Amino acid sequence: MTRSATNTQQPLLSLQGITKSFPGVRANDAIDLDIFRSEVHALLGENGAGKSTLMKILYGFYHADSGKIFREGQLVQIQSPADARNLQIGMVFQEFNLIPAFTVSENIALFLPDLKAVLHPREIDAKVKEISDRYELHVDPHALVSRLCIGEQQKVEIIKLLLSNSRVLILDEPTRVLAPHEVKALFGVLSKLRQDGYAIILITHKLNEVLECADRITVLRKGRVAGSLLRKDASEGKLIELMFEKSLAKLKTKKRALVQKSAQVFLHLDHASTKGEGTSVALKDICLDVFPGEIVGVAGVSGNGQRELGDLVLGMERCTGGKKYLLGRDATRWSIGKIREQGLAFIPENPLQMAVTPWMPVIENMALTRTRHYAKWGGLGMNWRKLADETRESFARFGFSVPSFYSPARSLSGGNLQRMTIAREMAFDPRFILASYLTSGLDVQSTLAARQALIDARAKGTGILLISEDLEELFSLSDRIVVMYEGQIVGSFKPEETNVYQVGFLMTGSKVEHGAN
Amino acid sequence: MVQTEGLSRQASLLNNKFVSTAIRYLLMILVAFVFFGVILLISGKNPLQAFKDIFSSTLGSAYGFSEVLVAMTPILITALAVALPSKIMMINVGAEGQLFIGAAFATWGALTFPNLPGWILIPLMMLLGFLGGAVWAFIPAYLKSIGLVNETISSLLLNSVAPNIIGFLIYGFWYSPMDVNKTANFVAAARLPTFFGTRISLGFFIGLVLLAIFWAVMKYTRWGLEIRAIGGNAQASRRNGIPLKAYMILVFCIGGGIAGLAGMVQASGFYGTLITNFSMGWGFMGFLISWLAGGDPIGILLMSFVVSVILSGGNLLQITQGVPYAVINILLAFTLFVVLAKPTFFKRSKA
Repeated sequence: MTRSATNTQQPLLSLQGITKSFPGVRANDAIDLDIFRSEVHALLGENGAGKSTLMKILYGFYHADSGKIFREGQLVQIQSPADARNLQIGMVFQEFNLIPAFTVSENIALFLPDLKAVLHPREIDAKVKEISDRYELHVDPHALVSRLCIGEQQKVEIIKLLLSNSRVLILDEPTRVLAPHEVKALFGVLSKLRQDGYAIILITHKLNEVLECADRITVLRKGRVAGSLLRKDASEGKLIELMFEKSLAKLKTKKRALVQKSAQVFLHLDHASTKGEGTSVALKDICLDVFPGEIVGVAGVSGNGQRELGDLVLGMERCTGGKKYLLGRDATRWSIGKIREQGLAFIPENPLQMAVTPWMPVIENMALTRTRHYAKWGGLGMNWRKLADETRESFARFGFSVPSFYSPARSLSGGNLQRMTIAREMAFDPRFILASYLTSGLDVQSTLAARQALIDARAKGTGILLISEDLEELFSLSDRIVVMYEGQIVGSFKPEETNVYQVGFLMTGSKVEHGAN
Repeated sequence: MVQTEGLSRQASLLNNKFVSTAIRYLLMILVAFVFFGVILLISGKNPLQAFKDIFSSTLGSAYGFSEVLVAMTPILITALAVALPSKIMMINVGAEGQLFIGAAFATWGALTFPNLPGWILIPLMMLLGFLGGAVWAFIPAYLKSIGLVNETISSLLLNSVAPNIIGFLIYGFWYSPMDVNKTANFVAAARLPTFFGTRISLGFFIGLVLLAIFWAVMKYTRWGLEIRAIGGNAQASRRNGIPLKAYMILVFCIGGGIAGLAGMVQASGFYGTLITNFSMGWGFMGFLISWLAGGDPIGILLMSFVVSVILSGGNLLQITQGVPYAVINILLAFTLFVVLAKPTFFKRSKA
């Protein structure tokens, strides 16, 4: 597909022939991209298509192997983020760069290019206020960042960029962490910014968002530009065609396996509580059963104890009250190793932090949960061949492409990392799967594969605890849904007995009658 | 910038890595010597003559070389004692204290069982030395594992306790009427054999074997894999079911045990007795070497050798150039400075 979008106006930024290789992958292959003023330019593509890499090159985080960047027709060299900022390019990363112990205006002040030796807090507050009024980015300048929710933190990041005179704003999957109404608000902000002449680059893999707010859409596939088109020429079908070579398979929703309540319950939490230390949420009085052959969905806005619930089951969080039973045995004090030995697979929300050792090669990471299984001579050596075979087999089972075994895990894109974690945890047939945000960062195809894997596992009698914020996912997969709010289970339903609104109300702390347990 | 190059081809990596590591360290040490030369020049000495003295006295003769290896023995071992815990991000500043306690345990063996034959007594003393160091290291390791005290602080503080315990033992429990500040001399069976008619004792070879074991364990074994996993991401490793607390205690204690072994090697191989304050900062020197080498086995071997050359060459410099011995610390400090500056220093020239 050739580039159909033409524009007589000179682009503000023009990237030409950008190529960047990592060991084993060519992340960007001769990419051309034009960024215009007063436009929201969506960069669409599957995970690992090279969107983030391209933007990190533009922001000076990586150096391109070859290719040129022009600003208003002039060749520029971007060696570092500082260079990029001098060229009025700013980026909001997926992980925010804020100091939790500082207030909003202190965080913003730190980023100002012309920060004076003596601070004038009032001046900064005034600036913050002016910007936040104009663009409806309302945050209290005196609030501590650690007190802000994710949506507000994102606002702070955007204000930071605006106050440092950025004219090009790069947003890396900004909606990933936002609730639906926050997404709406963000798009409102973006359209105001567009009116004021800002150029906005939106990295995403969500079609509906692209169609909702972008003016120009560039689709990347496997490191190349698959096509670039204006909003008016784009349609859902067309974009999907560009993003994927083949059409998508549909989720095979087999008939739900009958849950045999007579079967031994795999997980039984009996009024379990934890002490919330540091930033973690205290769990209060959690009662939960997961039977073999059922998927129990846990709904909730992130930060309401879902991570702690997962950690409690895993044995990472200590149970300070109540009991935890696995297969009828008291497992309250069991070590994580022992719990995993019972056949528990754990797919965490943030694999880079919670599942892998980033600088270790993929293949070594694949061994970490079952080092004993892959050891030979009593641990004096490792059976790498067996591991490689089983790893390949596991990737193949889900139809995931196998990454280079010797690249460090951190060089994988978010989606590939998630695929790697799924392949590792499901390599053996687990008896229980604990999955947090299973499909976060996954593209449409892998999402289907991962969900299919859960359904297949359920058919084999595996018990599954699925923590998610995606209500559609929960409603389509779960046999039972529990809702968490502030460390407590505030509702428990069968999906057919409830609806998205009831669950949504409970997730946000509104009082609605509890459903049947 | 993230450095991801060089990890793609595993097979040819080993040879290249060895050579490039060696060249890099040698270059860095060269820079340190240039700096040191400037200092000597300022103080009116002839730097070229001084360097010649350092090298001819250490590397120029068989005797000089053997003395380098003698000086290298304890610091090679204590460097390993620091390097092992550093692999799981634990900082063992307590090698000095562990070395003292290890020496004391070994001495107890030597003085209590003087009638045992050497082939039993020496392994027994090694075991005791290891045990002593491990016991001393257990205190900070345990306190750390229950989340009470940082191991860096507690192991450092215990360094000033250990020599006092040794003093108490020597002046009281092991009081020897003929000696003032040391125990009675060990019997011959309690002394490590020496080789080639020099002062190189079995301890040096123990050090080399430990180094090889350290390298092999880290590279090939399940435990090495788990240790590296913890070092890279402790939180994820715990979630993956690796028993973090057990590793913290065990690895730190083994580190302490190795330092204790260094104490045994020095008491039995070098002095043949236990003297108060017998350590010439070997524990700290090992700490320095381990961090200079980044915990890398080849680096440890190279750095401990270089430091030994500087230390034993410094003795001579005092005589020939009439500079105080402390000047050698300047050279050591320069070495430290250059090696720690390496990330910005040598990577850019490579690219």
